[in-house]
Amino acid sequence: VTQAGTHSDRARAAFLDALVHDDPVGLYESAPCGFLTTTPDGVIVKSNATFRTWVQRSTDELVGETTLADLLTVGSRIYYSTHVGPGLLMSDRVQEVALDLVRADGTNLSVLINASLARSDDGHPRAVRIAVFDATERRSYERELLAAKQRAEASELEAQELARTLQQTLIPPVPPTVPGLDLAAAYRPAGRGTEVGGDFYDVFRVGPDDWVITLGDVCGKGYEAALVTTLVRHTVRALCVGQDTPSEVLAALDQVLQQHPTDRFCTALLLRLVKNGPQWLITMSLAGHPQPVLLRPGGTAELVGTPGSVLGVVEDPTFADVQVRLACGDVLLLYTDGVTEGRQGKDFYGEQHMLATVNDAPRRPAGLIQALLNDVQDYQSGTLRDDIALLAFGPPT
Amino acid sequence: MSVAGPSDAQPLVFVHGFGCDHHMWRYVAPTFQSDHRVVTFDLVGAGGSDPAAWNPARYVSLEAYAEDILTVIHELELNDVVLVGHSVSAMSSLLATIAEPARFAALVLIGPSPRYIDDEGYRGGFSPSDIDDLLASLDSNYLGWSATMAPIIMGNPERPALGAELTETFCRMNPAVARQFARVTFLTDCREALSAVTVPTLVVQCREDVIAPEAVGQYVTDAVPGARMTLLDAVGHCPQLSAPEATAAAIREFLDSNLVTSTFR
Repeated sequence: VTQAGTHSDRARAAFLDALVHDDPVGLYESAPCGFLTTTPDGVIVKSNATFRTWVQRSTDELVGETTLADLLTVGSRIYYSTHVGPGLLMSDRVQEVALDLVRADGTNLSVLINASLARSDDGHPRAVRIAVFDATERRSYERELLAAKQRAEASELEAQELARTLQQTLIPPVPPTVPGLDLAAAYRPAGRGTEVGGDFYDVFRVGPDDWVITLGDVCGKGYEAALVTTLVRHTVRALCVGQDTPSEVLAALDQVLQQHPTDRFCTALLLRLVKNGPQWLITMSLAGHPQPVLLRPGGTAELVGTPGSVLGVVEDPTFADVQVRLACGDVLLLYTDGVTEGRQGKDFYGEQHMLATVNDAPRRPAGLIQALLNDVQDYQSGTLRDDIALLAFGPPT
Repeated sequence: MSVAGPSDAQPLVFVHGFGCDHHMWRYVAPTFQSDHRVVTFDLVGAGGSDPAAWNPARYVSLEAYAEDILTVIHELELNDVVLVGHSVSAMSSLLATIAEPARFAALVLIGPSPRYIDDEGYRGGFSPSDIDDLLASLDSNYLGWSATMAPIIMGNPERPALGAELTETFCRMNPAVARQFARVTFLTDCREALSAVTVPTLVVQCREDVIAPEAVGQYVTDAVPGARMTLLDAVGHCPQLSAPEATAAAIREFLDSNLVTSTFR
């Protein structure tokens, strides 16, 4: 006897066995699911033994007067009346509807039902046939899943809220008032603004008519970038107390970042502003950061400053100080690479585009920033690919 | 939104209730298209409405839905409107006619209930705890919504086009929207408003309706000045689906009665 022969013999025996024992009535009555037939109005006209056992009711108690709705919890009954019944009448079929039946002893039974509507030849509804499946285990599992999903959604909301809060502590929303200087700043997060970015700026006083402005960009996003951003800002504040030149402060900042366990690097601008009558003398140093834009009345925009090393990664970094005198009407614009690297498909916004926009923009800090911000946002159809930090200042006219 | 029928005929605006969308009217609305301008639309949050239009802070009461009904009527520049509201939208429709009675010729309320929760001297049929039970039921049935967008209602293999269309929108609702709509629906109390109705009103009531029982329909009929009721020999909460001919006939009879004036005739 071959293996196949054994299978075939067993199958034949099982088939004959089923023929004897699984007569249609027996199969209907003791099927491993509940069966119901109701009128289109929902009155039960037929049920099988499995269903009667589940709901603990006899044929007499069910057939004729009782509707399926009568056997449901109130919530399921409302759902059935407002969703399932109409659905059946509209598409002749509903599947996998979760309902709760009430047994005779008052306990609930969670079930899934599939139902189909039979129509007579003239198209009028004739009967509803319903298959009922015990879904106790599945439903309790689904409830756990649902609770987990709700917890996850709540956590996500909380994380986003935390990111926003953190963001607000990183970016001073309104720069301080500097006597004798018009100053405006703006920050726009990338995308939907739910993640903490690495752009930052800071404006603080170190002496009478002696101020420091810094603006920079820590690579990456998220909490680790935020941590480094905080470190950089506070280190700059601490180092500036020593009255060193901007290049010396940047060199010291580079040492701090080199020793820090993070592998994140940073670009930054550091400017020392000393008031001299109506003018301001600016000493600036760059660390891997795009050059600021200088605008003089009647002139075209020009880039100023000597490029320096990126902070935190270069073995022998170099930083140079450059001096610029800001007279009445001059404006200096600082920005992060979210401006020049704004994308439109494969194209970048770019430095030339930015300079062109700046040349046509109002020559005062607030108007200039607004014009540039609008143009960069429009270029990217309103959704920023990267954070943007902008800061512009100059002696009042 | 769907607009059908002659543009110079009297407008008949159908508003669906909690649970589904404008497809609810598919067996009734077309029977009026020969001599009425028939308008059906999906409420914000339901069916094929723009998900961006949903604002949880706005849709906290039926007044917002009533305003939306008026917006539709203003947008289409409809006058002498017969407004047909089903289920909870029977009450939003009623509020709309009170807000701007001059626009309306008549009001038809199908399965209305001014308050679903029992109160002293009033039987709406439900207790406050039933709402939690309903919300749990909604949660169970919208479980896979966000993951798969799987609709509960499957298409009919014999009528694939119909099936595909229904599968697309019918009864599909963002679970958060469904929860809030369920809350607004079942916590509503419009009993005070009933007496303020000034347009001719018909209540269409099913013989047996677990959501809005006959006694509630009678309460509405008694409270709305001059209202009359047509009792349908139908079971369930949606006679426009379970007894479409009788529902259409009841509306038709009301429209043809001398109660409803029309500048279109």
